Order: sequence, then C-alpha cells, then structure tokens
Amino acid sequence: MRVHAKRAGVLLGGLMTPALSMADWTLNMSPGVTGTSNEIFSLHMTILWICVVIGVVVFGVMFWSIFAHRKSSGRKPANFHENTLVEILWTIIPLVILVVMAIPATATLVDMYDTSEADVDIKVTGYQWRWKYDYIDDDFGYFSNISTSDDEIYNRTAKSENYLLDVDNPMVVPVGAKIRLLLTANDVIHSWWVPEFGVKKDAIPGFVNEAWTRVDEPGIYRGQCTELCGVKHGFMPVVVKAVPQDEYDTWVAEQKEAAQRERELTEKDWTLEELMVRGEKAYASACASCHQADGSGAPPAFPALKGSQIALEDMDAHLDVVVNGVSGTAMQAFGDQLSEVDLAAVITYERNAWGNDTGEMITPKEVFEYKNQE
Amino acid sequence: MSAVADTHAQDDHHHGPAKGITRWLLTTNHKDIGSMYLIFSFTMFLLGGAMAMVIRAELFQPGLQIVEPEFFNQMTTMHGLIMVFGAVMPAFVGLANWMIPLMVGAPDMALPRMNNWSFWLLPCAFLILVSTLFMQGGAPNFGWTFYAPLSTTYGPPSTTFFIFAVHIMGVSSIMGAINVIATILNMRAPGMTLMKMPLFVWTWLITAFLLIAVMPVLAGVVTMMLMDINFGTSFFDASGGGDPVLFQHVFWFFGHPEVYIMILPAFGAVSHIIPAFSRKPLFGYASMVYAVGAIALLSFVVWAHHMFTVGIPIAGQLFFMYATMLIAVPTGVKVFNWVATMFRGSLTFEAPMLFAVAFVILFTIGGFSGLMLAIAPADFQYHDTYFVVAHFHYVLVPGAIFGIFASAYFWLPKWTGHMYDETLAKTHFWLSFVGMNLAFFPMHFLGLAGMPRRIPDYALQFADFNMVSSIGAFMFGATQILFLVIVVKCVRGGEKAAANPWDGAEGLEWTVPSPAPYHTFSTPPEVK
Ligand code: HEM
Ligand SMILES: [Cu+2]
Repeated sequence: MRVHAKRAGVLLGGLMTPALSMADWTLNMSPGVTGTSNEIFSLHMTILWICVVIGVVVFGVMFWSIFAHRKSSGRKPANFHENTLVEILWTIIPLVILVVMAIPATATLVDMYDTSEADVDIKVTGYQWRWKYDYIDDDFGYFSNISTSDDEIYNRTAKSENYLLDVDNPMVVPVGAKIRLLLTANDVIHSWWVPEFGVKKDAIPGFVNEAWTRVDEPGIYRGQCTELCGVKHGFMPVVVKAVPQDEYDTWVAEQKEAAQRERELTEKDWTLEELMVRGEKAYASACASCHQADGSGAPPAFPALKGSQIALEDMDAHLDVVVNGVSGTAMQAFGDQLSEVDLAAVITYERNAWGNDTGEMITPKEVFEYKNQE
Repeated sequence: MSAVADTHAQDDHHHGPAKGITRWLLTTNHKDIGSMYLIFSFTMFLLGGAMAMVIRAELFQPGLQIVEPEFFNQMTTMHGLIMVFGAVMPAFVGLANWMIPLMVGAPDMALPRMNNWSFWLLPCAFLILVSTLFMQGGAPNFGWTFYAPLSTTYGPPSTTFFIFAVHIMGVSSIMGAINVIATILNMRAPGMTLMKMPLFVWTWLITAFLLIAVMPVLAGVVTMMLMDINFGTSFFDASGGGDPVLFQHVFWFFGHPEVYIMILPAFGAVSHIIPAFSRKPLFGYASMVYAVGAIALLSFVVWAHHMFTVGIPIAGQLFFMYATMLIAVPTGVKVFNWVATMFRGSLTFEAPMLFAVAFVILFTIGGFSGLMLAIAPADFQYHDTYFVVAHFHYVLVPGAIFGIFASAYFWLPKWTGHMYDETLAKTHFWLSFVGMNLAFFPMHFLGLAGMPRRIPDYALQFADFNMVSSIGAFMFGATQILFLVIVVKCVRGGEKAAANPWDGAEGLEWTVPSPAPYHTFSTPPEVK
C-alpha cells in the first residue's frame, strides 16, 4: 500500500514540478560534427523532401476528390477504370526518382566503408552493460560505466543535466584524426552509436566489425547502446570526448603510465584493508549491476553473494567462478576483464563485506599464479 | 459435393448449427470458424493493447515509476508477439474464412476439418505463450525479434515454452494457408477466372503462398534455438563456433515477408471498400494484381534491410538497399490506383470508407518512412531508434488494423443481418485516428532526435514528446472498447440490413441474404 502511495506521489510530483524544463521539442535529425554525419543529414533531407513532394501531389489529388467529388454535393460518378499509359507513367517516374536518389546514397556508403589509413585504432567491446575501450596502439584500455545514480533513476533526487547519458570514463579521441573503431562484444549483441558522428555499428560476439570517424569539433558527444542487450540496455551510454591533438597526447601518456603502475601493483604486498578499499570500487563497477551494491543480487537470474556459499566457503571455487564465469548464465568470465589486483580485491571484498566475515584474503600474486597455472 | 447441392436448398435450416458448446468446438462451418478467429483476434488485441498501455505508462515520464526494466522488456516482447501472431494474423484468417467462400461462390472452405483444427491450435499456442508470464524467470524478454544469443544463452527458462508456442502457431498458419489456396484454386464458381477474382481473394492467395514459404523458416530458426538451448548445439553461439548473425538472416528471411503477410489482405479489403463508397469501379484492377505479385516476390530479397548495421559487406549492403527501394514502386502503384479510384467518384464517408481513406493516407506515410529507412547510410542513424518504431506502427496500426476495422464495418451487416450504429462507429474512427496519430507521429521526432527503441527510461530531452505519445496511446487504447460495444450492439439488433446495404458494393457476397445463412452457395452461382 505504502509503495503505491509513494509511486502515486512521485507521479503527481513529477507532473507538477517543472522537471521537464530540460526537455525540448527537437523535430529533426542533427547534422552532427563529422563529414559522414553531414552527408547522412543531406541524404536524409533529400529523401524527406522527395517524400513531401510526392505526398503533396498524391494527397492533393485525394483531398480534392474528398472535397469536390462527394455524393452529397450531387456528384455523379465517372466510370473510367483503366489506363495503361497512366499505369506505366506512375511506375516509371518513381523508378527514375529512386535511381537518382540511389546515386548519392551509394557514394556515402562507399565512403563509410572505407576504414583504411586510420590514425588511431580503438577496440570497442560491448559487455552487459558497459563498454570497454582498448587503445590497441598504446596498450591500455578501460571500462566505461554509466554514472547516473539509482537515486536519479528511481526519482529520489532531481535528475542531472545528462541524465542517463553520463559515464565515469568517456572514450577520448583527438580531433581531426581518422579513428578506426573495431567493434566486438563479450556476451550478447550490442550496438555502439553516437548520433553526432553518424556512426552506428553492431558489436557482435565472435565478430569484429569496423567503422571509422573523424571528429572536427572538440566537445563531448553522447549516444547510447541501440541493440536490446538485456535488462540494462537502456543504461549503457556512449560518451566520447574529442580533444585537440596535444591534449590527447598528454592523456595517452598519462594512461600508459597508469597502466604501467597497475601492472606493478600486482607485485606489491597487499593488506586486507587495502584490498577491501580497492575491492569496493571494483565491485561497484564490475559486479554491482547484477549482484547489487549490497550483495543481495536479483534472484533467480542474479544470485545473492551476501551470506552465499560461494563467498563463504571454498576459495578456489570462488576464484574459478570469477575468473572463468559460469557458462550458460549471465555470469561472465572476468579473468580477462579485470586486472589481477582488481580480481583479488573483488574476491576479498566479497568474502568480507556485508557481514560475510571470513577474514580471508587472496593476493594479486596468487590470482596471477592461478590464472597462469591453467 | 453435387449430391449435397441437389438435396439442400440455400435456405434449408435443417442443417443449422449444433447446439451449445459443441457447435464451436466441433464446427467445420467456415462462418463459425471465421467468427471464432475474429473474436480470438480481438481478445488478443485487447491483451496486447493492455501491455502497450503498461509500456506507455512507464514511458510517460523519465525515470522508472511503474515497472522494473525486466518486466518492461517482457511487456515489449509480449506486446509485439501477441499483436503480430495473435491479433493481426488471426484477424485476416478470420476474414478469409468468412469472405473467401462467399466471394468465390463456394459452399465452404476446401478442407473444413483442418480449418477447425487450425483455429483451435491458436488458443493453445497463446495459452502457452501467455503462461510464460507466470513462470520462474518471467516471460520472454528479448524483443519480438528474439535475437540470439540474448534469446538463447541469455534467455529466461521460459524460452523453450515460447519456442513451442511459435511452433504451434506456425502449424496453424500453414494449415490455414493451405486451406485458403485449396479453396481459391479449386472451388471458384464457374466462370470466375483468376483475373475476375475479387482483389481480397487475390491478395489472400498471394499471402497464403508467402505464409507457406516463410512459416517453415520461422519454425527452423526457433528449432535451432531449441537445439542451442537444450541440446548443446552452437548454431548461434560464437564461443562454440556458431554465428549470431546467421540468426538474423534466417529470422528476417521470415520476417520481411511476414510484414507483407500482415498488410496484403488489408490491401485487398481496401480495394473493395474504396470503389464501393466511391461508386466507381476500382481503377487498374490488373495493375493492382501485378503490384501485389511484385511486392510478394521482392519481399524475399530485401530482408537484410533490417540488418544494415550488422556489418554485411558493401556489395550486400548495396543490393539490399536497391531492392528495398524498388519495393516502394509497386507499393506506390497501389496507392496511386486507390486515389485514382476516388478521383471523380461520388463519395460518401460511412465508417468503412473513413477507415479505408485513413488507411491510404497513413499507410502512405508509413511507406515514406520505409523509403527513408531503405537508404542504407541514413538507416545507420534511424536504425533501432523510435523512427523505426514510428515507421512500423504507421504501416501496422492504420495499415493492418484500420484495414481490419474497415473490413469489419463493411461486412458486419452481412455477418449479423443488422446495420451497426453509424454515429458510434464514426466516433470510434475519429478517436482512433486522433489517438493513433498523437501516439505515433511524435515517435518520428523522438527517433530523429536520437532516442533508441526498447528502453524503459530515457534522457530528459525526450520527455515532452514521450508524454504526448503516451496520452495519444491511452486515447487510442481506451477507444477500442467502443468497438466492442458497437459490435455487440450490432449482433444483438439494429436496423435490418438488406442483402446489399451499400449502393456501390459489388461481388457475390452481396447476392446472399443478410445475415448470410449458415450454408451458402450449395449450388454454385454462375459468374459472367
Ligand atoms: C514501401 C515499403 C516499405 C519499405 C521500403 C520498408 C522499409 C523498412 C526498413 C528499411 C526497415 C528496417 C529499419 C531498421 O530496422 O533500421 C523496416 C522495418 C520494419 N517495417 Fe518496413 N518497409 C516498408 C513497408 C512496410 C510494411 C507494409 C510493413 C508491415 C505492414 C512494414 C513493417 C515493418 C516492421 C514491422 C519493421 C520493424 C521490425 C523490427 O525491427 O521490429 N514495413 N521497414
Ligand atoms: Cu522489412
């Protein structure tokens, strides 16, 4: 009962507050910020106007008949019912229009398919429900998760400007460079879309798709996953930050250094407390979307970890599930997704958080050995 | 057959319907079976509609208010499946059952017992499908297009029941199609050559061939899923060497002809209604027939236009783009012919005509957006956004559904022997028309502004149009109760209908009394 009252309250509140001040009445596609998106926009406008003109003619004749040829105004029906010439004309004319339309469409398509001679290669991997960006030329990569809070989604606080379109780590690209995207997925099919680039390509497990873009304007560009990929399909935004080349170079240098530091961390001797701190963060980004922040899960699809056998008993079994996943379920193999440090931290965290007080920990080195013994 | 014709006159009532429930369970009468199909279809229409109301209620505002994303996905999936397989297709089979024998002057369908069986399979299939809502893990949640591996490796446990339900529906459709073909090819009245057949019969003949060609493909794809889920194969599982894209090719090889299965019979019905209320013969009968044939043939070579973003090679991309653009040509020819039929007629606007005229206008708008979607580079922007949702609702709601309403009002006097209430029917039309446009037109804008489809929550810039759309949807949904009222009222009584209640209507169905007697055309009529 109370839940219903609360929901009704939220609904009413939402209706009355100007929460929609952000909203706008955009009618048309945006021309975007790349050559491709501009070409697409002009194709879109051309075909739209062709449709409008045909529509005006066809509906014009029709409305004329509706108004002028009514029985109530004493009209006697004509009796014609065939005319081969007219039939041929209205087959040929549309055909010609379409051929004319096909020419620029073909040119644009050929251009979109030309992924050669790229300056930067980025591998984009879709996961349920986040993106991973690997800068394969520079040997680093990271996950990009939605950063909109549950409180916003469930209407407990005001929604921020980029509600549902914000991530923790955006993809970063240099302006003016040709970026080649290599798209794949780890679990189900996703689709990577940034409307302002005019790039949408499916990320399919077992396939590597290619797309490219060249962004002319620095800025932050937002899109979303566009292929239904499960419960949180609506919650995996794409955010790309385009920066000038020198800024990009600095950023890459920092990322490479950070990646190097990460690798060194495996060697370090970790304490339980340190692992717990790190584990909480890693859990929030990798695990909480299914198993929930408080470990309660969402049975039956996503089992609880709090008080669970897997988190309280045999360590090796726990390690196996996290590293190798459980095939046939949504539990992915995190062995390749997370660093040894994060794997160790997450497992340690799961064994010691939410009242799972085993006091047990596993070190990054042990995880490393486990992974390499296989 | 001829023995029957000799001994029973048309108005002989001693072979009337059986009494009680057995009449419906065991009937082999095409009129009874037609009615059952229509009632079943309307029930499913209300159920699928209720699910749409849940979807639109959740999308009324940004944020999650009413349902959780998991249930939302079940609603979009079940809504699509129920509307396509439960509402639209059975409605057309119902119309075919009622009208094809009356139009070709046959005493019944060619295979009456199979007819009974193909109907009764449907409630079974849908009982199974709907029961998945109550199963552990919930109903199918992967969209009506059920792409693998979301529907296989990652599907809920109820997926196997869904597959079984699809198999049963498929069997039912194929039997229905065989029956239609057998009836049309063998039981036409003497003198009714193919090129004298009413267009509804023509479009159904072609639809039936499409059904026989593609329902087995659908059965094949769900069987492959069944194997992947339960028997360890990897047709669609990349980690086992399978190919998730194969799923889409097979699905859309079924799926595109399927969308024409849902519209061709409506083309046929509208081609009777417009001439009737224009009091003028259909313009370009022969070209209408050829256009339907061309659409049907082309519909087999355009399937990958649903897959422009999956990364097929450019040659394939170009082929499917050109073929899809080409299909707009015969579609255009049909529209031009309807308009030419109205031109210089003597028009009146009773409910069937209102729905038929709205059909032509709004279906054409859906055709225009289809043409836009056919332009592959532009489709990269449109694909999987609300623009696509707008497109297919424009071809399906004012297309298929308005076509069905138009047919229902057109033939209700023949079925019930009474005129329906014209004022209520016009109210039904106008509320549906306004509601439908309010619900679906803004979806074009949402899609162009970048709103993906199949999401339970959206960014703030989409809020306004979503609210408008939801209001339109509630209006459209509520209005459909009125249709139920009108039909019930018409069955129970009303002004007596003449054998031919419309001045301009032509065809054998108008030569029998209204209501059509339980047995008609025991002696075949002569067609000159
Ligand atoms: C002029 C004729 C038509 C053309 C050129 C056309 C073109 C297209 C294209 C290219 C798409 C794919 C859009 C995408 O997913 O990106 C599409 C989707 C669709 N069309 Fe059409 N179409 C036409 C007529 C029809 C008709 C007559 C129907 C049904 C009565 C129909 C029903 C659908 C449906 C249901 C979808 C979406 C399926 C889904 O993804 O769920 N279309 N159409
Ligand atoms: Cu299609």
